[in-house]
Amino acid sequence: MIRYPRRTLLRAGAAFAGAAALGFPAIVSAQAEKIRIGHLTPLTGFLGVIGSYAQLGAKLAADEVNASGGILGKQIDLLSEDSINPATAATKAQRMLEQDGAVLLLGEISSASALTIMQVAERNKKVFFSTGARSDALRGKSCNKYSFHCDIPNTVMVNAVGTALSQQGMVKGKKFFTLTADYIFGHDLLKAAKIFFGAHDANLIGDELIATDVTDFSPYLLKVRQAKPDVVCCNLAGNQVTNLVKQYAEFGLPYPLVGFNLNTGDAWAAGAGNLSGTWPTVWYHTLQSPTSQAFVAAFTKTHGKPPENHAWIDYITLKLLAEAINTTKSTDSGELIAYFEKQAQFDIGKARKAYFRTWDHQLVQEAYPFTVKPKDQMKDQWDMLVLGDAVPAANDPLETIYPTREQNPCEMKA
Amino acid sequence: MQFEFLLEQVVNGLVLGGYYLLIALGLSLIFSVGGIVNLAHGAFYALGAYICVELTSRLGFSPSVVISPLVVALLGILFERFILRRFYTADPILSLLVTFGLAMVAEQAIRMIWGAAPVSTEIPQSFRGSIIVGDFLFSRYRLLILGVVAAILLGVWLLLHKTSFGRVVRAGIQQPDMVAALGIRLQPYMTAIVMLGVGLAALGGAFFAPITTVHPAMGADIMTIAFVVVVIGGLGSFWGVVIAALLVGVVRGIAIHFEPAAGEASIYILMFLVLLVRPRGLLGERIEKFE
Repeated sequence: MIRYPRRTLLRAGAAFAGAAALGFPAIVSAQAEKIRIGHLTPLTGFLGVIGSYAQLGAKLAADEVNASGGILGKQIDLLSEDSINPATAATKAQRMLEQDGAVLLLGEISSASALTIMQVAERNKKVFFSTGARSDALRGKSCNKYSFHCDIPNTVMVNAVGTALSQQGMVKGKKFFTLTADYIFGHDLLKAAKIFFGAHDANLIGDELIATDVTDFSPYLLKVRQAKPDVVCCNLAGNQVTNLVKQYAEFGLPYPLVGFNLNTGDAWAAGAGNLSGTWPTVWYHTLQSPTSQAFVAAFTKTHGKPPENHAWIDYITLKLLAEAINTTKSTDSGELIAYFEKQAQFDIGKARKAYFRTWDHQLVQEAYPFTVKPKDQMKDQWDMLVLGDAVPAANDPLETIYPTREQNPCEMKA
Repeated sequence: MQFEFLLEQVVNGLVLGGYYLLIALGLSLIFSVGGIVNLAHGAFYALGAYICVELTSRLGFSPSVVISPLVVALLGILFERFILRRFYTADPILSLLVTFGLAMVAEQAIRMIWGAAPVSTEIPQSFRGSIIVGDFLFSRYRLLILGVVAAILLGVWLLLHKTSFGRVVRAGIQQPDMVAALGIRLQPYMTAIVMLGVGLAALGGAFFAPITTVHPAMGADIMTIAFVVVVIGGLGSFWGVVIAALLVGVVRGIAIHFEPAAGEASIYILMFLVLLVRPRGLLGERIEKFE
């Protein structure tokens, strides 16, 4: 053991005490110059990989806003943490609002965790911008005044892919077999899929609910083969999509595999030779718009790889929040709600501008179906997807792909 | 037809069990010889997968799946020499803590080297697709894994039971003091067994890289199932681990056939039932250090 002379220890102690007495007030006042924003996203578990992209996206937005003068003349202090699971997400959200002095919250990918954060936000009367959660229920029967939803909901993903599949003659009269993630998001996606199948004369001949910790799909693939469907449809999330896609290619079943949910991070992880079929996406880094391309360039410069769609959505959300705060000159949740409910339009890097729908707080925007590029045409490992035309078509109002007021049971309490 | 489908799940479960065996056998071997529950075993599995992906892009799949476990086995020498060796006679809680810490360090190291996003790799074209025998469907790639596992199992059994190396190791497991009294140094044998154990874990990782997500936390994912297998089989028992791995694969397949939602829970229920009847696992021996 190293022994320090007593005098040195005393001196060090005195110096520390002095620094504490003099230094801490300075630190406290320095913090008061910043506006703290709480950011939660899963960094571990089956959504951890795409969550880590979300974190990078939010950080880039905060850095850019700070570099251009911050919000209300103050710097953003982005408090970004791993939400892990619904219980932890709620606890951390509570702590960020009550103890850390966060003025608002954003983030999340897991629909189950987003639901618990929404409840915390409502109790604390602070706004929460759910960036990556897709369950219809969150903006439907569980909606509340303090929560806004930035990603496309399940119904839109089903409509985007379903429309593309219909055009290929793969829906009407066909037998579908679905593999569904066994939590709120999966159940919700299956419900949207069933409505679509019902409306387009398709038959659902089998469905398997799959626990989120499953990594080996071989027993399920055997069941798919027994059912002999026309199309196999993946309603899974995160890593599970990658595992299924890889093992589907391994077994080489003859039925086409499509999906109603996919993030580009999962597609990249699956590898070029494994993925095929038609899938939905909310954004892809090859989208040609000045805002998107500027973001892609900044992200690629910092991280040496292009951004994933969750990096984009967390980036764009923090950017539009900063814009809203600067316009309203307030971080007060009541004022922000009033501003967004006026359906202010935002450039989110797509052909058409987006806005939050007043009555369910859904960010209404375009979506895209995509197919997979042949391997020999890829520029690099990230250049995997061929985007289809944006849905809805340019002449149709954006809301045509979203659930209508009759379909979406959202009633916000005043 | 129902019966044939069920049988298909049983056969598929045996193949899957063979893969679990690859991970669990190494864990069990290191435990039998050193009395150490190696919580870093999953980290070597992940390293095997990552090194294999890295090499595949340069050398192709077949050489990589051989070289990657060998590289990790060499790391195993350092692991045994500088870390495990200090804990053979220490309180088991210390080795649990140190290997757990090492697992976390390894996961972060992987994150630093390869990034948090998964890396992708594919099965070579020649091993893709399935073979249909009668009414049964087999993945060609998994049949390859099964063949390799069977060969390794035979090799490890012969090594332990038919060679002088194996005789010393087995004697060392039961009577380390007596072996020492005969003037035999056990250290090199320990090193060799640790090399073999972590090499097997890495081989499992390398083989599974093309069909699962290769991400930094993959080691932690596989450890759960490896532990379930080792606990059901009985710590330190060669045949116990073999039987348990196959049993876990089959039980999971049958559960998914009848009640898909209970697929993952079924193996924990199996573990619970086995421990209820036989607290030491199916073929486990009494271990003084832990009882």
